[in-house]
Amino acid sequence: MAFIDYYKVLGVDKKATVKDIKAAYRKLARKYHPDLNPNDAEAKRKFQEINEAHEVLSDPAKRKKYDQYGEDWKHSDQFESARQSQRQSSQNRRQTTGSGWADYGGSTGGEGFSDFFESFFGAGASGGKSRQMKFRGEDYNAELKLELEDIIRSHKQTLTVNGKKIRITIPASIENGQTIKIAGHGGEGINGGPNGDLYITFSIANHPRFKRLKNDLYLTVEIGLYTALLGGEITVETLDGKVKLNVKPETQNGSKIKLKGKGLPVYKSEGQSGDLYITFSVKLPSNLTEEEKALFTQLSKL
Amino acid sequence: MKPKRNLISIDDFCSSCNVETSFINTLNQTGLIEITSVEENLYINIDHMPQLEKIVRLHYELDINLEGIETIIHLLHRINGLQDEITQLRNRLELYE
Repeated sequence: MAFIDYYKVLGVDKKATVKDIKAAYRKLARKYHPDLNPNDAEAKRKFQEINEAHEVLSDPAKRKKYDQYGEDWKHSDQFESARQSQRQSSQNRRQTTGSGWADYGGSTGGEGFSDFFESFFGAGASGGKSRQMKFRGEDYNAELKLELEDIIRSHKQTLTVNGKKIRITIPASIENGQTIKIAGHGGEGINGGPNGDLYITFSIANHPRFKRLKNDLYLTVEIGLYTALLGGEITVETLDGKVKLNVKPETQNGSKIKLKGKGLPVYKSEGQSGDLYITFSVKLPSNLTEEEKALFTQLSKL
Repeated sequence: MKPKRNLISIDDFCSSCNVETSFINTLNQTGLIEITSVEENLYINIDHMPQLEKIVRLHYELDINLEGIETIIHLLHRINGLQDEITQLRNRLELYE
């Protein structure tokens, strides 16, 4: 765990006044506040850093301890206890008023603070703010990776989010990048406020064979030269099984056919489906025998 | 009083969040939030709470005035719209990759 230079984080001098610190914090908070930077993990991390620096430097007692030990913070507890026992013996059991660091009983429990902070000031050292506002808990964001096959039909899936198991329904045809809200499954409310929400963003992996555009699927199927020229029957594997297809004679390379209703189900619309578009890619024969070459030559002269 | 379904009393919200009722009224007048009146009591729909809490944070934590909040909310809507558009375009682009 590394030492964090809170002055550097806020961009202020070690001699900065409380007013300077507040001004620096406000300026940076306006830049990195999560409300102003939706879905930006880097801004959120930066905001937590700024918040933590402000928590320490705006509190005279915390700032004093931080300034006193600086990079020797790892030994702060030893120094503190050594000094305390020395003081106690010299003062011969004189009653102390008890202003140890454990007295910083914060209401927010120090969530979102670094290990360095927790270690230096103790867990639960954050807070101490005068405003005891009830707030919704933090909204959680999670990403769920799915394969195209997973979204052919709606299904239930159990997820573990922050150690808690929740069972959700994944609707068929959910879009890549789409986010759904699971109300009340975010962080716990602060000071009795309601729980936050859980936002799940779906990431649908690219399929090696099928391309998707909304509810329609696109597939390229290779056919041989003779099938393309003379027509024939081929078997195509769609997402929900094999389908027999008649290829018309003289099918051109790159031509498309549509299989109605063989795409993905329409999102949240029972019984409706998109289409499957098949593009034929004609594969020319290679390694021709002398006889084949002769016959193609003969054909070319017709 | 019997709690209204999906509605949160403005008085309750203001007292628990240390927010002045006049501030909420101003937000209502500017159209930033929508207040519902039931039997002479004012409520906000629970679905609009995240927006209200966001505005409260911007005002009280970041000292942003009402004009600034209006601008921010407008720009955030635009950002969200653009992000959705980017996602759709990315999905479309995969067709040609």
